[in-house]
Amino acid sequence: MKTTRIMIVAVGGQGNILAAKLLGEAALMRGLDVRMSEFHGMAQRGGVVESMILLGDGDGYCIADGEADILLGFEPVETIRAAKKCSSNTLVITNTAPVFPFTVALGHAVYPDIPQALQTLASRVGGLTALDANSLARRAGTVQSLNVVMLGALAASARLPEIGKELLERAIREKMKPAVMDINLRALELGFEAVQKGVRGNSACAAD
Amino acid sequence: MTHPLLTDTSDRKMLLLGNEAIARGALEAGVAFASSYPGTPSSEIALQFFHIAREQSDLYFEYSANEKVALEVAAGAAMCGLRAIVSMKHVGLNVASDALLTLAYTGITGALVVAVSDDPFMYSSQNEQDSRYYAKLSSLPMLEPSSVQEAKDMTRYAFDLSTMLKLPIILRTTTRVNHASGVVALGHLRRRMSAGSFHKDPFSYVCIPSVSRNLHPKLLKKAAEAASISDESHWNFIKGRGSFGVVCNGASYGYVVDAITESGYADRFRILRLGFSHPIPEKRILDFLYGCERALVVEEGEPYLEESVRVVAHKNGLTVPVFGKGEGFFSRLYEFDPGLVKNVLAKVFDTPFPVASPIDTSDFPATPPRPPNLCAGCPHRAAYLAVREVLGDSAIYPTDIGCYTLGLHAPLNMGDFLIAMGAGLGSAGGFARATGKKVVAFIGDSTFFHSGLSPLASAVYNRHNFLLVILDNGTTGMTGHQPHPGVDVSHLGLDKIHIDIESVVRGLGVQSVATVNPLHFSKAVEAVKRTSAGSGVSVLIMKAPCPLYEKTLPGYKSRRPYEVRPERCKNHRVCVDRSGCPAFHIEENRVEIDSHRCTGCALCAQLCPEKAIRPVAREDNKG
Ligand code: SF4
Ligand code: SF4
Repeated sequence: MKTTRIMIVAVGGQGNILAAKLLGEAALMRGLDVRMSEFHGMAQRGGVVESMILLGDGDGYCIADGEADILLGFEPVETIRAAKKCSSNTLVITNTAPVFPFTVALGHAVYPDIPQALQTLASRVGGLTALDANSLARRAGTVQSLNVVMLGALAASARLPEIGKELLERAIREKMKPAVMDINLRALELGFEAVQKGVRGNSACAAD
Repeated sequence: MTHPLLTDTSDRKMLLLGNEAIARGALEAGVAFASSYPGTPSSEIALQFFHIAREQSDLYFEYSANEKVALEVAAGAAMCGLRAIVSMKHVGLNVASDALLTLAYTGITGALVVAVSDDPFMYSSQNEQDSRYYAKLSSLPMLEPSSVQEAKDMTRYAFDLSTMLKLPIILRTTTRVNHASGVVALGHLRRRMSAGSFHKDPFSYVCIPSVSRNLHPKLLKKAAEAASISDESHWNFIKGRGSFGVVCNGASYGYVVDAITESGYADRFRILRLGFSHPIPEKRILDFLYGCERALVVEEGEPYLEESVRVVAHKNGLTVPVFGKGEGFFSRLYEFDPGLVKNVLAKVFDTPFPVASPIDTSDFPATPPRPPNLCAGCPHRAAYLAVREVLGDSAIYPTDIGCYTLGLHAPLNMGDFLIAMGAGLGSAGGFARATGKKVVAFIGDSTFFHSGLSPLASAVYNRHNFLLVILDNGTTGMTGHQPHPGVDVSHLGLDKIHIDIESVVRGLGVQSVATVNPLHFSKAVEAVKRTSAGSGVSVLIMKAPCPLYEKTLPGYKSRRPYEVRPERCKNHRVCVDRSGCPAFHIEENRVEIDSHRCTGCALCAQLCPEKAIRPVAREDNKG
C-alpha cells in the first residue's frame, strides 16, 4: 500500500497519543505496516503534542512540510499552526473548541479569529471538516473522549478506506479500560455520524 | 495482569514504542538486572523494568540516584556474570562517563548494555551533544538502530555481543527512535539468570596504574576483535548497486530509503546503512566506496561517520568525493526531516527529487505560543513568588534541571543560569564571590540526590555565601514521577528506605536550615527573609507535593477549586499577572478560574488584595 501520512496535533491532555495508538492498533489488525512518532516534550504542562502516523510501506517515521495526507487537529489554533504540513490535497479535520493558552490569559498573545482562519485554510487544502468535538464528547459522556470523536470523524471521511469504523471499534474494545470503553464507543459513533450526516464539508465551521 | 512485554509467543506482532522495544529486546536476552536515572527521551525504557520487576521477582530494577551510580550498580552485577542494562539520556552519559571509560578496561564477565538516548533538536534537553563520540573515547562497541524492530533486535544482540567480547556495549538511539512506534515481530524470551558469583582477580579489576597499563592493550585487542565483527555484521548492510553512494545511520536511514524509493531512481543509488557504527567497519566502507562515483553521508549531529568515511578513503588512496556536513549541505544542528534529506540528495547527485509543496501559510494569523508552564497548583510557583517577594531582581538565581526550570518564563522570571544537573548549586558560590551579591540557587529534590550532595558539602567547606532553595515536591516530576531516595514509596509496596532531606542537609554541615510549605505564602516569605539574611550557606526546603503526583497517592482527597467573586473583584488581575497559573482565563473581560484545572492550592487567594478569591461552595462543586 502507498504510504498514507496522518498528522495529529493537539494540546497536552487531549489524548493525542492515545488516539494515535488506537489508529496504529487498528492498522496492525488490518495487517498494515505502521510507523508513528510522537512529540510531547512537556505535554502535561500545557504544551503542544504532535503525532505522526505513517500507514503502509516505507521506512521513515516522520512527515515533512506539505506531506500530510490527513491533518487531524484537536484544537483549532493547533490546526492552523500545523497548516504547513498540508498540501493542496490534504484533508483537514479539525475540532473547533478552543483551548486558550495561558499566554492569552496573561495578555501576552492573542487568540486568532478561528472561523476566518479555517476558511482560508479550507480554500487551500483538499477538504476541511470542522466539528465541535468537545460538545460531541460531552454527549458521549466526558469531554476527554474528544480524541475518539475525532477518530470517528476520520473514519467517516472515506480518506482512509483501509481503516473503517469497525476496526477502530475493535481497537477500542481491546485496548481501552472497560470503565471508559462504552463512552469511547459512543464518542466514535458520534464523530462518525457528525461527518456522515454531511456537515459542512469545505465550508469551514459555522462557529458553534 | 501480566505485563504486555512479557508476551511469550514468538510469532506475535505488537505495536511498540521504541523504548518498549528496547526493554523487550533486553527481556528476550534474559536481562536480570536493570538500573536507570530517568531522562527524556529514554525514560520509558526504565519504566518497563520498573513495572515488570514488581511482577517478576527474579528481575531486579532500581532507579539509582544518578546515571553514574546506575551504571556502577549495573556494572557490579555484570561483574558477577549477570546480564544487565542501564538506560539514560545523553547528558546522563556525561555523568556516567567517568565510570564507563575505565569499566571499558576491566570489562565485565556477564553482559552489560548501556542504552543512551540523544535528543537532536533538544525537544527536552539542555544540549544536543552527539554521544557517539563516547564510543570512540571509550573504545567500546556501539549499535545504532534505525527502526523500532531494530531497537528490539539490536538490544538483544547487544547482550550477546557483550557476552562474547566481555565489554559493555553502547546502544545509541535518538528521540526519533525512542519515541517512534512500529510493528515489532517478537522473539523468544530467554530464561534469566539472576544469581551470579564474583571471581576475585584484583590484578585484572583494580585499576591502579600498573594494572591499567596491562588492561589498555587488552581493551585495544578486544576493540580490534569488535572491528572485525563490525566488518561482517549484518547491521552494516549495503543496499542497491548504483554509483551514487549514500551512507546513513539511525533515523536518517528511513528518510534516505523513502526518498530514493519514491524518486524512482533506485537503480542509480547504493546505500550503506551503518548500524554497528563503532568500531567503524573499514572493509565494508571500502567495498562500498569502490563502486561509488561520489558519496553523501546523511547523519544527524556531528560528522562522526563522515570523518570515518573520509579516513577510509584517504587510507586507501581513493579520491571519491565525500559530502556531508557543510554550507549548503547538512547541518550539525537539530533534527533532519524527509524534505531536507531530499533537497540535499537532489543537490549532491544532481537528480530531481520530488518534494512536497506545502500550502502558502504566510497570510495566516499568528498562533499564540504554548510554552510549557508550571501546572495549575504547582507549589514551585509559590516558592518562586515568595523568593521574588523578598529579593526581587536584586539577587542572582542559578537554577537547575526539572519542572521548576519553567520558573524561567514570565511572570515568574526566576532563573539566571542553567547548564547541568546540580550546577545551579555548584555555581552559586562563584556568583556570590565574584559579585558580592545575594545569590539564591534552586534545586529539585530528585536533582539534589542526583548531584546536589557534593556541591553542597563543597560550598559549606569553602564558606560560600548563598541561600539554597530545595524545591521538594516528593517526586521526579519532569520525567513522569519516578521515585528517588527522598520519596516514601511504601504505598507502592517497594522495599526502600526514605531519606529525609533536612537531615541530609544538616548532616552536610549546614547550620541555617528551615522547611516550609510554600503554599502557606506569608510563612514562606518570612522563611525566605530569615534564611537569606545571614552569611554562609543556608538552606530553605520548600516542601509541598507535586499536584499531579499527589493524585496518585493513597488517601488522596481533592481540594475544592477556587473561584473569583465578581462582587469583590476589582479586575486589576494581580492574581493572573503575578501567578501565571494556567487555571485562569479571561471571560468577557473578567477573570475566571477553570474549576477543572484549579487544584485548590489557594495561592491566588493569598495574592488577591481584595480577598475576592475563595473556594467554590460545596454544592456547586459537582463538575
Ligand atoms: S487579584 Fe483579586 S481583585 Fe484583582 S483581578 Fe484577581 S481576583 Fe480580581
Ligand atoms: S487556587 Fe488559584 S493558584 Fe491554585 S490552582 Fe487554583 S487558580 Fe491556580
